[in-house]
Amino acid sequence: MAIPAERRMVDATTPRPARVLSRRREAEDVWTLAVEAGPQDLDAAPGRFAMLTAFGVGEIPVSYSGDPAAEGRVIHTIRAVGAVSRALAGLEEGAMLGVRGPFGKGWPLAEVEGREVIAVAGGLGLAPVRPAIRRLVARGERPTLVYGARSPAQALFREDLADWRARGVEVEATVDHAGPDWRGHVGVVPPLIARRVRDPARTVAFVCGPEVMMRFAASALLEAGVAAEAIHISMERNMKCAVGLCGHCQFGGDLLCRDGPVAPLARVADRLHVAEL
Amino acid sequence: MSSDATTGAALARTLAAHPLMAGLPPAFLLEVEACAAPAEFPEGARLLREGAPAAVAHLLLSGRVALSVDAPGRAPLTFQTVGPGEVVGVSWLVPEACWAWDATALGPVASIALDAVRLRDACEADPALGYALMKRFVPVLLQRLHATRMQVLDVYGDPG
Ligand SMILES: Cc1cc2nc3c(=O)[nH]c(=O)nc-3n(C[C@H](O)[C@H](O)[C@H](O)COP(=O)(O)OP(=O)(O)OC[C@H]3O[C@@H](n4cnc5c(N)ncnc54)[C@H](O)[C@@H]3O)c2cc1C
Ligand code: FES
Repeated sequence: MAIPAERRMVDATTPRPARVLSRRREAEDVWTLAVEAGPQDLDAAPGRFAMLTAFGVGEIPVSYSGDPAAEGRVIHTIRAVGAVSRALAGLEEGAMLGVRGPFGKGWPLAEVEGREVIAVAGGLGLAPVRPAIRRLVARGERPTLVYGARSPAQALFREDLADWRARGVEVEATVDHAGPDWRGHVGVVPPLIARRVRDPARTVAFVCGPEVMMRFAASALLEAGVAAEAIHISMERNMKCAVGLCGHCQFGGDLLCRDGPVAPLARVADRLHVAEL
Repeated sequence: MSSDATTGAALARTLAAHPLMAGLPPAFLLEVEACAAPAEFPEGARLLREGAPAAVAHLLLSGRVALSVDAPGRAPLTFQTVGPGEVVGVSWLVPEACWAWDATALGPVASIALDAVRLRDACEADPALGYALMKRFVPVLLQRLHATRMQVLDVYGDPG
């Protein structure tokens, strides 16, 4: 039976309670929560996001860092940077939080079949990229991942990186600085990109990370010959209503909660350099 | 790859094939070759040492090299790694310059070592060669400047 429009709106704007199933530390200030899934969460395609409420504190947008359809529970990876994210990241097993969503447009996984995917992630930007890589690997594809973090201790999802490598995914991890024990790359992400783009006409890029990094990564991809239409970036500007009503997430002509957060570079490139946006 | 670079003809071929020398006219390549010699380093060897005169640059052929600084009371801090097709040492462009950091082989490394003093003299004597080399080394400097800016901005750091 179809759900009436006004009922859907109430559902989308009213947090539903959900229980934390487990919590694990990923890095100094980053925690991953597994949360019980509701029927809506089956729509949580990689790259989409939820609005999470820490009761009595506030509500923030957080990406899905897992794939509820495959895992039967919802995974969020949260960096404690302010009041709400700190409260959410501190929730112990059994605690309750409020959940709305899924919202927004995710990575265009259906459109990239048979193309070469290069994922470029920086810092916490690996969170929304992780379920995309998992899905690609599950369907037998071999994406390339270029991942940058501040230091080896801040690198996320090390087990996934090892698992993907073992399954033939080319993973290039680089850190901004490291001690003598680190055997990987040291340096920023963009210079690592060009050599990994083997067939620019067939390449599709997924980019997520701090905006400065994304701008440089996008330039490197363009220089390597990847078309702006084939470069998809996740624009994580802040959200309030998440349902296209309040205008808080407006980015030029787009409402990023509805038209993003993932958008082709071709659509947003001219706005990326506008300081007022 | 390095052993292939030990004969004169092989050195010329290897030099011409290095991305930094791509498209350099044969006459200029000959001038650079006159300042070049193959070099090999075992894991842990220092290619360059902080404070030493910038007398050599290395065009890397294989292996990776860590650029790092020593700080008293802590382990050396690596701020960049470079690999095949890249260059270790751009300070040679400036006369009297000294290396500002250490360069250490992360595994076996093969390179073409360029004698900086002779190369600078050759550039001085033939400004066209100097300009051609400038056009190859300045983008490396620019790329490192951009990278340094991103690292200084600490883009992955606390957004507050
Ligand atoms: C679509 C989307 C997906 C997101 N996914 C995740 C995720 O998976 N995990 C996660 O930890 N965070 C994610 N974020 C960022 C998260 O929403 C913010 O960190 C959060 O809103 C901060 O709220 P706060 O109350 O904890 O801190 P505040 O006190 O509101 O902010 C603390 C500091 O963080 C900065 N900040 C706030 N929002 C952002 C942002 N969006 N990007 C960069 N800096 C910001 C503020 O400028 C301030 O300096 C996502 C944001 C969006 C829009
Ligand atoms: S967050 Fe309200 S319109 Fe997008």
